[in-house]
Amino acid sequence: MVTKIMNWFDDRLPITATIERHLTKYPAPINMNIWYLAGVLLVVVLIIQLVSGIWLLMNYEATAEGAFASIQYIMRDVEYGYIIRYMHTTGASAFFALIYLHMFRGMMYGSYQKPRELLWVLGWITYLLLCMLGFTGYVLPWGQMSFWAAQVIMSLFGSIPFIGEELLTWIRGDYLISGITLNRLFAFHVVLLPLALIAVVFVHILALHEVGSNNPDGVDVKKFKDEDGIPLDTKPFFPYDVMHDLYAIGVFLIFFVTIMFFYPDGGGYVIEYVNYEAADNLKTPEHIVPSWYYTPFYAMLRAITFPLFGLSAKFLGFVVMAAGIAIFVALPWLDRSPVKSIKYKGIYSKFFLALFVVSFFVLGYLGTVTSTPARTLAAQIFTITYFAYFLLMPIYSKYEKCKPVPDRVYLS
Amino acid sequence: MKRTTLFASILAFTIAFLVSYNLSAASGGPCGTYLSSDGLSEGECDSADVNASDIASLQRGAQIYMNYCLGCHSLKYARYKRVSEDLEIPLEMFQANLIFGDQKLGDLINIGMESKESKEWFGNSPPDLTLEAGLRGPDWIYTYLKSFYIDDSRPLGVNNKVYENVGMPHVLLEIQGEQFSVCKQIPDIASNGGIKQDPLTGEQLTRERCGFLEVKDGTGTQTAEEFDQSMKDLTNFLAYMTDPMKKERETLGVYVLLYLFIFTILSYLLYIEFKKDLH
Repeated sequence: MVTKIMNWFDDRLPITATIERHLTKYPAPINMNIWYLAGVLLVVVLIIQLVSGIWLLMNYEATAEGAFASIQYIMRDVEYGYIIRYMHTTGASAFFALIYLHMFRGMMYGSYQKPRELLWVLGWITYLLLCMLGFTGYVLPWGQMSFWAAQVIMSLFGSIPFIGEELLTWIRGDYLISGITLNRLFAFHVVLLPLALIAVVFVHILALHEVGSNNPDGVDVKKFKDEDGIPLDTKPFFPYDVMHDLYAIGVFLIFFVTIMFFYPDGGGYVIEYVNYEAADNLKTPEHIVPSWYYTPFYAMLRAITFPLFGLSAKFLGFVVMAAGIAIFVALPWLDRSPVKSIKYKGIYSKFFLALFVVSFFVLGYLGTVTSTPARTLAAQIFTITYFAYFLLMPIYSKYEKCKPVPDRVYLS
Repeated sequence: MKRTTLFASILAFTIAFLVSYNLSAASGGPCGTYLSSDGLSEGECDSADVNASDIASLQRGAQIYMNYCLGCHSLKYARYKRVSEDLEIPLEMFQANLIFGDQKLGDLINIGMESKESKEWFGNSPPDLTLEAGLRGPDWIYTYLKSFYIDDSRPLGVNNKVYENVGMPHVLLEIQGEQFSVCKQIPDIASNGGIKQDPLTGEQLTRERCGFLEVKDGTGTQTAEEFDQSMKDLTNFLAYMTDPMKKERETLGVYVLLYLFIFTILSYLLYIEFKKDLH
């Protein structure tokens, strides 16, 4: 009976075939390690954000007059409203933590190299969308930091030569950040950006299942197949990866819930203390800091303190910051190495990747503190080393001595 | 691989060095020019020891708030009823003693004063305090409340160590009494941490330090210890105001974690079982 119904559907829509191709029988390399968990956890967080977002939306009021009070209404008067909100705020930070790990995994094991260039580009687009979602969502509670972060970020567009001022007014929809700005950011945050994110994530996963997962050895597992045409060094996604991921999701949720229930502010990193005060356009906070996940790029913005070629320092900083985010997309074409994984790459690749990580963390730290001359100098140095990883890659990845890559995956 | 590790560790050490010695220029503490009682640290807040489970303290804090603060500072995101329930104060008693005017139990805790008028009176309208403990931190509030002192150069006759030239009058003056900023002789500490002594007489050397707060005896209705406790209660109440769901949240969190631990252990056992197939 069940088979009959399934057959009826399968003749009209390839349900079984799709499930087998993308879930149950998807061949995953046997040597995938802990770094490969970030992907599945990102999907979990995406679902958490969508569900909690819908419930927040039921009680949020998108007006300059009512936004701040409606958040407190959710926290105090809505049944379990505080759980919904903390889920969403913790989810935002988890989203970025995981996507950074996910991106770093790709950089380490060369997951952007042929034939996964498009997969990498699609992933980069999800990161961009996430940055926009993070920013627009951050403004919605309409606290002091919401308001002034919006002020700082939007004013960057005003630094663009010639068209800046007009562009800025057009983006804000007003001569200063106002309820009109809030309304449009709200529309982006709850409709446009999530729709786009879901679509791109979907295509990202389709592309992944077309080219297959990379692995820590960067070995092409499709080279050796058994008589059924299934790659030898793989295992079916169900049940092996599903069971593995279920366990990983459990561990992840333990951390997630610990922050959510016991440290919802995250020491001022998940929810900034300044945002406990409602937005006031006449009172500038002492120092304006972005959320922790943007701080490396914020440090780059502040590192540029000098005008050049008639362009203002602010505009140049904006360009450098944007380039810092944009440059990831070029990785597939910057890497000239014959091998994928860092395991088999030469000493220079290893050095520059380590330098990149250090730069990212130091810039991240510098973005959270007020600037002093010493810190600005440090930010300038580490901005250079950050970009060195990318811009020198065509040279060092081509001329270094790599180790021989085995034919099949090596299990320790 | 070994050389990479070496490279990485050298880099990491450089960074750590830079960060700790050069980049983190120490700035003053969050509590203005407040001097600790031993006179050794300035700007550090005293600890308020907030405890969301200490219902008696929260009740005393609510009583002080409703009697002394609510005239000017609203709690406009919170409702009377919720406070009476959370603080275990019977509704009738709460209504009779802590709600003034014709406000109803289900109302938000608003005030009658217009912000336009208060701005004229104080130079700034008194802020709503529902979320103040989240914004400033409880320790800041506690220290601030203790730090009013008589200063005739100010329009309201008082100043504050934590918040210089504050526009708020010392509402709790009748409880605390007249507090003054005074100078004292304190032991002179040598660079090695010991107390400096006169090389001939062996007497301890002292130096003058100004800015200590001292209450004139008999001017307030409470002793210094009682007043400190009252301010702790008031701070505790404000911390509760910012995060009224804290107790419920943490209790619930324990159950959620318990569930997740069981879930994780079971899924781990399942994973181990399936993993056997692969070898």
